[in-house]
Amino acid sequence: MGSNVRVARAAVIGLGLGLLACMPAIAPVVAQEYRAGPIRIEAPWIRATPAGAQVAGGYMKIENTGKEADRLVGGTTAIAGKFEVHEMQMVGTVMKMRELDKGLEVPAGQSVELKPGSYHLMLLDLKARPKAGDKIKGTLVFEKAGKVDVEYSVRGAGAGGQTGDKH
Amino acid sequence: MKRIRIVVWIAVAAFALAAGAAYLLRPNIGMLPGQLPLAAGIGGPFELTTHEGKRLSSSELAGTPFALFFGFTNCPDVCPTTMLELSNAIKALGPEADRMRFFFVSVDPERDTPEQLKLYLSNFDPHITGLVGTQEEIAVVAKAYRAIYEKVPTKDGFTYNHTALVYLMGRDGRLAGTINYQESVDTQVKKLRRVIGG
Repeated sequence: MGSNVRVARAAVIGLGLGLLACMPAIAPVVAQEYRAGPIRIEAPWIRATPAGAQVAGGYMKIENTGKEADRLVGGTTAIAGKFEVHEMQMVGTVMKMRELDKGLEVPAGQSVELKPGSYHLMLLDLKARPKAGDKIKGTLVFEKAGKVDVEYSVRGAGAGGQTGDKH
Repeated sequence: MKRIRIVVWIAVAAFALAAGAAYLLRPNIGMLPGQLPLAAGIGGPFELTTHEGKRLSSSELAGTPFALFFGFTNCPDVCPTTMLELSNAIKALGPEADRMRFFFVSVDPERDTPEQLKLYLSNFDPHITGLVGTQEEIAVVAKAYRAIYEKVPTKDGFTYNHTALVYLMGRDGRLAGTINYQESVDTQVKKLRRVIGG
């Protein structure tokens, strides 16, 4: 029993080391937190958009501390007329994007991260261009936990990319 | 039992080292994986309109190396990230960048007029030329580069799936390499230098 645990631990550490060697550095972020019942939202942010862009991506980490699955089904932001939840995937060399029309599930006891290259909020019909350092008010709507007010911070256009920290 | 543990630890250490080494020693020029024989078949004639409203024919590019990326300006993630990183790589190249061309080909002619492309590209390095055309003209260039693009409807509009590679075309008009999504700027610069030098 004891040695099984050690073997498992060794495997996890080794895997961790291996993965660490493969991953770009992740910038530390001071987390802004919001709660709606068992749902915990961490550090919501919007990526600054280039001039001419009509859409912006929104990101955050959502944790469900409850015993029931919930779904992010909608929301609003002060800068955009429309709000959608999308999934982006690299399939080989092809970038695929789809709208999650039933929302994004956050399973009980788990967390889901919206991040560049993966799930994101798609903010359309921009009324104002988000610039790095801006704070943008908005809401998120969960199927069970309901509506919660949040404030997004705007990070530089390269945030999430490998060159993000240089700006 | 102790011996097993030691063996496992050695295996673990070997894996960690191998993963690290594989990352550090990864090849500098990324060909399409497993598709090297296709390299000769990638590229071909096209004619499109630049963000300045001028017509550009691929025949003007003979003898000039160039980089080409398919995207659209309403793309929230992969396109601005790729353009930003490519811009950083172009800056790092310095005057050498003048010896090649860089193209952003829009697959979204409904929304990406030359004016819209011009506004969008004003965010990035001025070496990058925007290209757009009719649906037919875009289909021709995408087919030549074996690039995939497809319109995807959403609740409030539409978006595109598309190939997110930067194609690097050599002086001889053949595929010399590719830059994949989010490769480091250092790697990108090395690949661009190789295309310029080749």
